[in-house]
Amino acid sequence: MTDAPTDDQTVLPLKADSDVVRVRQLVRDVATAVRLSLVDQTKLVTAASELARNTLVYGGGGEARVRRLTQGTSVGVEVVFSDDGPGIADTDLALTDGWTSGNGLGLGLSGTRRLVDDFHLDTAPGAGTTVTIAKWRR
Amino acid sequence: MERIPILRIGEMLLVSIQVDLQDHTALMLQDDLSNRIVETGAKGVLIDISALEIVDSFIGRMISTTAAVSRVLDAETVVVGMQPAVAITLVELGLTLSGVRTALDVDRGLRMLRDSVEFPVVERGVTPDDGRAD
Amino acid sequence: MSPQPDHQWIDLLRENEDEVIAAWTAAAEASLAGRMTGSDLANDIREIYNGLLAGEGAETDIRSSVYDGLRALLNDLGRTRARQGFSPTEAATSIFALKQVVLDLLGRRGDLAAYRAFANLSIIVDDLGLYMLETYANARETVIAQQAETLLELSTPVVKLWDNIVALPLVGTLDSARTQVVMEALLQALVDTGSEHAIIDITGVPAVDTQVAQHLLKTVQAARLLGAECIVSGIRPQIAQTVVALGIEFGDIHTKANLSDAMLLAMRRSGLDIVGRS
Ligand SMILES: Nc1ncnc2c1ncn2[C@@H]1O[C@H](COP(=O)(O)OP(=O)(O)O)[C@@H](O)[C@H]1O
Ligand SMILES: [Mg+2]
Repeated sequence: MTDAPTDDQTVLPLKADSDVVRVRQLVRDVATAVRLSLVDQTKLVTAASELARNTLVYGGGGEARVRRLTQGTSVGVEVVFSDDGPGIADTDLALTDGWTSGNGLGLGLSGTRRLVDDFHLDTAPGAGTTVTIAKWRR
Repeated sequence: MERIPILRIGEMLLVSIQVDLQDHTALMLQDDLSNRIVETGAKGVLIDISALEIVDSFIGRMISTTAAVSRVLDAETVVVGMQPAVAITLVELGLTLSGVRTALDVDRGLRMLRDSVEFPVVERGVTPDDGRAD
Repeated sequence: MSPQPDHQWIDLLRENEDEVIAAWTAAAEASLAGRMTGSDLANDIREIYNGLLAGEGAETDIRSSVYDGLRALLNDLGRTRARQGFSPTEAATSIFALKQVVLDLLGRRGDLAAYRAFANLSIIVDDLGLYMLETYANARETVIAQQAETLLELSTPVVKLWDNIVALPLVGTLDSARTQVVMEALLQALVDTGSEHAIIDITGVPAVDTQVAQHLLKTVQAARLLGAECIVSGIRPQIAQTVVALGIEFGDIHTKANLSDAMLLAMRRSGLDIVGRS
């Protein structure tokens, strides 16, 4: 996935509520451009919305990078969320349905993993959090 | 900061969400709705989300909370017009919005509310000069 | 006009035009086992013949522009044969048959120079046959992909049973991918027809696995979010046992023994009753 030939990527900051909306719109545009099905677009945008909010709320802000993926004849969309926040100590716990350290529904990470094809969580206490997701055209 | 307008139709409140909701806007809507229910004594709330292209866990929670709060305030909430792709995604995300009533469109939502809401002042069939007997 | 010896195959063809075409058509017809009418085939063969002669025998490279028309013709033929369901051998034999025809002709003449000419013709014919096979293979792939898509569409026949009620009769093995397509179609149909009731009839489904059962459950939940209720009918005893053995929470799903019971329930929920005339 990471060594796939890449097209240009777009970086959006995640500093405020309105940035989450902007990320959703950009992801929708790219997903439409690579012709994901409507359901797949919706799944990817919803996942992006969840992760963007996490970056903002728990990571204290960061950025989202959106790019088109090409691998052989397959095309897809990748979104990377990164922050320099506190990181996650227990990733298994964080990925459990319903677990939240705040007052969310605890479905952001676990649900997102179900919505996308590729999901990668890279985090350590004090080292920030990076979540990479991708969805491929069927 | 934009606010979502709340319309009053008789004993019902109608909210039609036409914009991509920011978290803050969603929370304001939740507050505004509770206030309007109390102000107007509304018995039903109709939330039209047919224009929403996604519902994530934040908006999902806002909808569930609104339904629960209105119930405490003696009003029924019906969510109408969810798109199939949004419904499929919500279920996959892990949200089924149990406790929230749903309808295909505004018409059916209104009918559903009328059927379940009691009208304490005028009851059907008891108006003396109704003319037609049925 | 005195053509080079290695061009002589073109004279050979010209001098024996009628015989060559007749024998060629007959050979091709035999290999296609009567699945094409002789006159259609004769027309095809005559066009190939004319295309071949367009090169005046001076050109052996079939990619050359003098053979543009011929290649276009073979493209068409390859595609057509693929769609008509002929095998690659059957498709290519209609080209290769020319070699046997000419060889027979030469055998009767016993002309050595002509045999050399034949070698050249042979190269060209082989190339043409292969060229057509390539098109054939491409077309075949497209046909297969189209058929797969059509099958998937055919297998999602959402029908409107009554005002407010749609049904999805499922037949055959449900895999995860097909279930997903089918369920999306059902949800869309609920919205498009404004129906509040869906019946998913699985009488024709031999077995379900965990994933498929899970998809069914998710569909019921998604339909509910839209404002519609699902009834699953026709669950075979084996499937019921699987569902229980797998520990799948089916409690939330309304089930009925058969489609007509499901239909009655859906009608009743829509406020309709079926009353017999007294
Ligand atoms: N970017 C992040 N930085 C630090 N912690 C995070 C981050 N993202 C998620 N978490 C932790 O993982 C938990 C689960 O996240 P999530 O599944 O999105 O549920 P919720 O947002 O409802 O709490 C959060 O409550 C938080 O403790
Ligand atoms: Mg979250």
